Amino acid sequence: PPERKRFYQNVSISQGEGGFEINLDHRKLKTPQAKLFAVPSEALAIAVATEWDSQKDTIKAYTMHLTTLCNTALDNPTQRNKMQLIRAAVKFLETDTVCYRVEEPAALAELQKNEWDPVVAWAEKRYNVAIGSSTSILGPNIPASTKETFVSHLASYNMWALQGIEYVITQLKSLILSMGLIDRHITVEKAVLLSRLEEEYQIQRWGSVEWAHDYDLCELCARTAAGTLFVHLCSESSTVKHKLLQD
Amino acid sequence: MAALGPPLRTLRGLLRELRHASDRAGRPYRETPAYQHIVAAFRAHRVTSEKLCRARQELHFQAATYLCLLRSVRRHAALHQEYHGRGERSPEEVAGLVGFRLPQQPGGKG
Repeated sequence: PPERKRFYQNVSISQGEGGFEINLDHRKLKTPQAKLFAVPSEALAIAVATEWDSQKDTIKAYTMHLTTLCNTALDNPTQRNKMQLIRAAVKFLETDTVCYRVEEPAALAELQKNEWDPVVAWAEKRYNVAIGSSTSILGPNIPASTKETFVSHLASYNMWALQGIEYVITQLKSLILSMGLIDRHITVEKAVLLSRLEEEYQIQRWGSVEWAHDYDLCELCARTAAGTLFVHLCSESSTVKHKLLQD
Repeated sequence: MAALGPPLRTLRGLLRELRHASDRAGRPYRETPAYQHIVAAFRAHRVTSEKLCRARQELHFQAATYLCLLRSVRRHAALHQEYHGRGERSPEEVAGLVGFRLPQQPGGKG
């Protein structure tokens, strides 16, 4: 289907009962399921408004990651409750990118060890858990106590933030890298690099193809940055209306 | 802690991206809510100084993350336009990509 043209002149924010709303001219923005678009954080609303104001002649929905995340939080299209989201997130630990190691080629195995061991060690220390890594096709053997620790920790986040966390984990294919981001231990650029370590290794050896590699890299950076920002903006108690963040 | 570099560089990068983003809007980028919010936040936390402070580090990390978002979206959109924006190619174009020409078959494929 052809892209929608930009049909509004002005984008503004207003504060309603349900939170901060986005106005496109005189129209209030709605979610795909026709709910009123209202977010609990003013900073988040400003960033969403900026996405809409950045559209030139046509609306490129694939560039509006924060809007998409808000729509997911408001509509909850997969109909998952908090515990289901948490369990989905923690399940990723069993196939966490940074725990899955190769034995060959030696150069890649060495790179994985040098780049991934420190972040695994950080997570083990920060959360007081055992994680480890494995070259087995079955992946690492994560103790139940480790999983429970992460379940408990994630339960302290509200539903909106959890949608964001699960989104980042899905993009990076790693719970550990995602927690590194949420805890501000690593930057988005670093997290994406670590997530794409094997691709980067191949690119170093064989060269980069802009329309594929750079395209994928930019998209992953954009989505990961959006998810991370979304989590932080939805978790700040000073900017958030708690009654709106129903668990 | 994440290696963020000098806060001033992050702020400059952010303002540059906001300028790009608001090219289309009628009003100057300095009047946009995003610009005003970011400048006010940096001013309030004096992020441009080097002193350590948790709130400052949190704000700087947020700013760096937002900068990454704006930059990546802009680059991705540019790559999309350049490589994927032309829609589907015709069979003639596809043949041309690998140096062939489609045969002329006036009676159809038969």
